Amino acid sequence: QKVSVEVLDHLEHLALVDFRDWEGVERLQKAIQFADQLHEVNTDGVEPMDSVLEDRWCLYLREDDVTEGNCTKELLENAREKVEEYFVAPPGNIPLPKLEERETFLQGS
Amino acid sequence: AALKAVLRSQVSAALKEGRVTPTELCQRCLALIKSTKFLNAYITVAEDTALKQAEESEERYKRGQPLGILDGIPVAVKDNFNTAGIETTCASNMLKGYISPYNATVVQKLLDHGAVLLGKTNLDEFAMGSGSTDGVFGPVRNPWSYSKQYKEKSVPKSHSEDEESNWVITGGSSGGSAAAVSSFTCFAALGSDTGGSTRNPAAHCGVVGLKPTYGLISRHGLIPLVNSMDVPGILTRCVDDAAVLLGSLAGHDPKDSTTIQDDFKPFELPNLTDVSKLSIGIPKEYHALGLSSEILALWSKAADLFKNAGAKVVEVSLPHTCYSIVCYHVLCTAEVASNMARFDGLEYGHRSDMKDSTESMYAATRREGFNDVVRGRILSGNYFLLKQNYEKYFVKAQKVRRLIANDFVKVFRSGVDVLLTPTTLSDAAPYTEFIQEDNRTRSAQDDILTQAANMAGLPAISVPTALSERGLPVGLQFIGRSFQEKQLLTVAKWFEKQVQFPVIQLEEVKRHESGVFQHQKSASFS
Repeated sequence: QKVSVEVLDHLEHLALVDFRDWEGVERLQKAIQFADQLHEVNTDGVEPMDSVLEDRWCLYLREDDVTEGNCTKELLENAREKVEEYFVAPPGNIPLPKLEERETFLQGS
Repeated sequence: AALKAVLRSQVSAALKEGRVTPTELCQRCLALIKSTKFLNAYITVAEDTALKQAEESEERYKRGQPLGILDGIPVAVKDNFNTAGIETTCASNMLKGYISPYNATVVQKLLDHGAVLLGKTNLDEFAMGSGSTDGVFGPVRNPWSYSKQYKEKSVPKSHSEDEESNWVITGGSSGGSAAAVSSFTCFAALGSDTGGSTRNPAAHCGVVGLKPTYGLISRHGLIPLVNSMDVPGILTRCVDDAAVLLGSLAGHDPKDSTTIQDDFKPFELPNLTDVSKLSIGIPKEYHALGLSSEILALWSKAADLFKNAGAKVVEVSLPHTCYSIVCYHVLCTAEVASNMARFDGLEYGHRSDMKDSTESMYAATRREGFNDVVRGRILSGNYFLLKQNYEKYFVKAQKVRRLIANDFVKVFRSGVDVLLTPTTLSDAAPYTEFIQEDNRTRSAQDDILTQAANMAGLPAISVPTALSERGLPVGLQFIGRSFQEKQLLTVAKWFEKQVQFPVIQLEEVKRHESGVFQHQKSASFS
């Protein structure tokens, strides 16, 4: 069962990573095929396991006290675009172009 | 011989007695790194800071106040650990030029113990891979490719074929660290282990690779791949050294809430002489498809070794082993999809010039920054996490994970102390052969013997066992009970003593020998 173009497009939007070409899509197809083997296993009555430490420890919350910080300068060092103490991003709220509107190999399939 | 000796008892003693100084040691290692540059084991060599650290160590020795046995000992760290002031790239374009503003907890601990940080080692991009071939700085070459032992056994097909085309991979993804330790440029190195990434290259490079129990060593500062499986790994030339490193690194870290709260007491390994009370389990499912007959024979021989020494050796079953790779595949890609979301170009790392919108900038940045392997895993992970797939794949895999972990619980509950398995399916492949298959296929094949220990969070160690017919190292793996590293390492140390794995004979290292030390057989600093 092949993955539909809609889903491929949806994945590119979610992941903000592109398949680049049909080879990339093939890779996904193979990955899904591989993962399908999981359905051979009988997991009736089995609880999903989040962490191997589930018995040993409960994820704890610490006190809401500030223990470190004041490192604005260091943290800004690695950002390429900044203004004063802000990271600068291009305008938001502009969705990526829809499939029909952009140049992608996924078109015409 | 100074570097080859590398016995903690020798080097540490020598440092203490002033027979060698930390700066001399550091300089020799740096020189050796330069002359073994062709291995491509290091991405960054922190020469200036290392020498400074060595000088500070020397001062402490002069005052008779060394910080401990690690004081002055040169170490290397895989390039997916944050190191303050030093570039941390994860062998990816995404982080080229990224200078960490902080030290990972394990790095800080090493420095607090006086270790000298020589540099950052090469890996597969973002630790995804089993060959250390898929990073932007190129592949790492296995030092054994240049060993007398390998050269003697390789028959050149023609006059023109030379070392250049014959070299073998280190395995991965911590190949740089393994190569660094194997070629004597450092005494210990940090790797990471999510599916076998420390044990696999350890086996291929003839060094000890320890994967500690999940939750024992802090992951703070280790750029995450799979939060529920990642652990920092330890690579050394002998088991005693691994115990020393473990002692300095383990313990609760308030900055990593997945570290257990129990007190950790560093330990020295006893010299086990009586193994009659030991029960060794041989999981039959680890006789995997593709396991070389050579390694099968060595595994069998090792089991006999224990039997003849009086230990109880039993065949056991871990029935869900065959599903561990598939299970890992789903859980890993899902967690990766989440973990890689932080790379958007805004706060650090590569940023695309695209300015049209936030989303298009993110997309372009990630397009430019990640290689095919990384992008492939992100996309697969996102697929498995889609609403319509979540139960079918992700939750299903989590259930299978419990079954795999339970397999181990049952076996250990039945009285088995330690499991003995092969680490890899074969000895190291030539690079030209390795790259014929794609990364995912390779990882799926190569991880089969190491992966389940990560699923179950158990400690595991690969110990160099013997040379293959091609003259390359083969390691065997011991898997222990949760948090029972002392028992695991004690057994590993006994085994190490029995097999007497040969020292690598490298031209480059010979040239750097001086008459300071007597030639020694073992190669540790402990």
